[in-house]
Amino acid sequence: MALTKEIRFNDETMALVQRMMKRYPEGKHKSALIPILHIAQAEFDGWLSPEVMDYVASVMKIQPIEVYEVASFYSMFNLKPVGKCLIEVCRTSSCWLLGAEDVIRHLEKKLNIKVGETSADGMFTLKTVECLGSCGTAPMMQVGADYYENLNLEKVDQLVSRFKAEGKRKSYTDQPEPRSL
Amino acid sequence: MGKKLLLKNDHITGIQGYDVYRREGGYASVEKALKTMTPEAVVEEVKKSGLRGRGGAGFPTGMKWSFLAKPPGVARYLVCNADESEPGTFKDRYLMERIPHLLIEGMITSSFALGANTSYIYIRGEYYYVARILEKAIDEAYANGWLGQNILGSGYSLDLYVQVGAGAYICGEETALLESLEGKRGNPRIKPPFPAVAGLYGCPTVVNNVETIAAVVPIVNDGGDEYAKVGIGKSTGTKLISASGHINKPGVYEIEMGITVEDFIYSDEYCGGIRNGKKLKAVVAGGSSVPILPAHLILKTSAGEKRLMSYESLADGGFATGTMLGSGGFIVMDEDTSIVKNLWNFTRFYHHESCGQCSPCREGTGWMEKILHRILEGHGSMSDVDLLWDIQGKIEGKTICPLGDAAAWPVAAAIRHFRSEFEDYIKNPKNIRDVKHYYRLNNLVEA
Repeated sequence: MALTKEIRFNDETMALVQRMMKRYPEGKHKSALIPILHIAQAEFDGWLSPEVMDYVASVMKIQPIEVYEVASFYSMFNLKPVGKCLIEVCRTSSCWLLGAEDVIRHLEKKLNIKVGETSADGMFTLKTVECLGSCGTAPMMQVGADYYENLNLEKVDQLVSRFKAEGKRKSYTDQPEPRSL
Repeated sequence: MGKKLLLKNDHITGIQGYDVYRREGGYASVEKALKTMTPEAVVEEVKKSGLRGRGGAGFPTGMKWSFLAKPPGVARYLVCNADESEPGTFKDRYLMERIPHLLIEGMITSSFALGANTSYIYIRGEYYYVARILEKAIDEAYANGWLGQNILGSGYSLDLYVQVGAGAYICGEETALLESLEGKRGNPRIKPPFPAVAGLYGCPTVVNNVETIAAVVPIVNDGGDEYAKVGIGKSTGTKLISASGHINKPGVYEIEMGITVEDFIYSDEYCGGIRNGKKLKAVVAGGSSVPILPAHLILKTSAGEKRLMSYESLADGGFATGTMLGSGGFIVMDEDTSIVKNLWNFTRFYHHESCGQCSPCREGTGWMEKILHRILEGHGSMSDVDLLWDIQGKIEGKTICPLGDAAAWPVAAAIRHFRSEFEDYIKNPKNIRDVKHYYRLNNLVEA
């Protein structure tokens, strides 16, 4: 999948990245790597290509391998292209007890893809994840910044329709939707 | 109605924002500590309170604080562990989302006690939206003079930052968390040295759970002795319990330690009993790592006494007949639950989350997952149960960090208490389809 734009942070993002590196003591700015990778992933089509990782290394003045080894360790970093909406369904303990398998099977059928695959139109990627800390509101899934809880199949259908209609890329760094407390 | 110390203002509209939080007495502990107390006096109150780490290990917080090395001219750090990832646990998210300033206030008071001038809240990446809530609260705290230089004219200065992770259960282990905070893979460090001596950037560091740090607020406000009056025995204070599974009222409950487990499961004030009028089969009382107990052992100890929600009572009987309070992730399973499939679900989790550093954990978790999968698919043999037992025993205590133990204990407990169920799966593979191990959403089953 070709990147839609040049691999370069815009001025505003670059200023944010520079500020982030100053949160740590002198010489310890590598600490900002994970937060910056989140920003890079959101900025460059939802995944971290080798080129994007090399760019982050150059901005942070660290070795590319230091970026690769971190990006490959954490489950939220995608090292392959993903659809605009990465649907992450929790499959652990309480979510499983309360029907996560149904949610997953339903989504596979509805999107006509298996877990780990991306729909032909590039809109959806389906992924199963381990406990997201939402066990009291199981079953649940995460899309971008948002937690969708107390799911049933009807709710899942509505959400999928909405995402499709909006057609937007979802990122963890997005402004979250309002939540009722 | 039990006493509430952390969530007592939870119901107040607008408590998420600074103005309402302050109006309801927020930031009083910072005023009290910075204006009238020495850092040592704050540590003393925490010691007197008997507060124990709320992340799972239950280590006395005051003692942990007193281990902090204080070489002159070397920075010290307080790091809040908001990596909440133990399956069944969601209390910290609840607290941070609903009363973010309570954590910020606790961080300031605790940082003052420890002499830290820079502190970090490390929050799991999936909670990105919660990190935003915390950042907003931090901005409000700066704007109102609770953070920054020379707070309240006391001469004490503190900067507080939120750091997001990116998806790794292991980063809840404190040394893995520190590695991650330094911008590395979350591989746990060999201890010693302990973080109290060489933690973040090699400097003395204390890592505490969200709920632990929040509890410092009432401890400083009311005094350690007052806090210690709440609860039972060495389980002082209140505990946030994340209740989930087959219950009528899942959610986060602040309980005074010492109420009975029976009351917690069945009373309307808490879980409200088992869903759909079913019977209780088993409970995982403190997050997925702690031993599962069958109904009769979670409600009563082997000596026939009512089991209480406290560190000591839940552990009564050791691992033979007891369990642990852990993180307070209370997962309830009804009579239709398949213990075998539940265990497969847990072992798959630990296999997925093992960092791969130690062979017993890296290999053993995968073997256990595969064996359980084989049993579920109807290809198990009787020797598999003994093999599982053997493998878990070779992981426990043989790894750098406690993830190995956490992966081994659920396997041991499930076999210890439910061996016949495993044997049923193996003896009658044809019947496996009939076993109710597949959970469907209520009333929304596809044709």
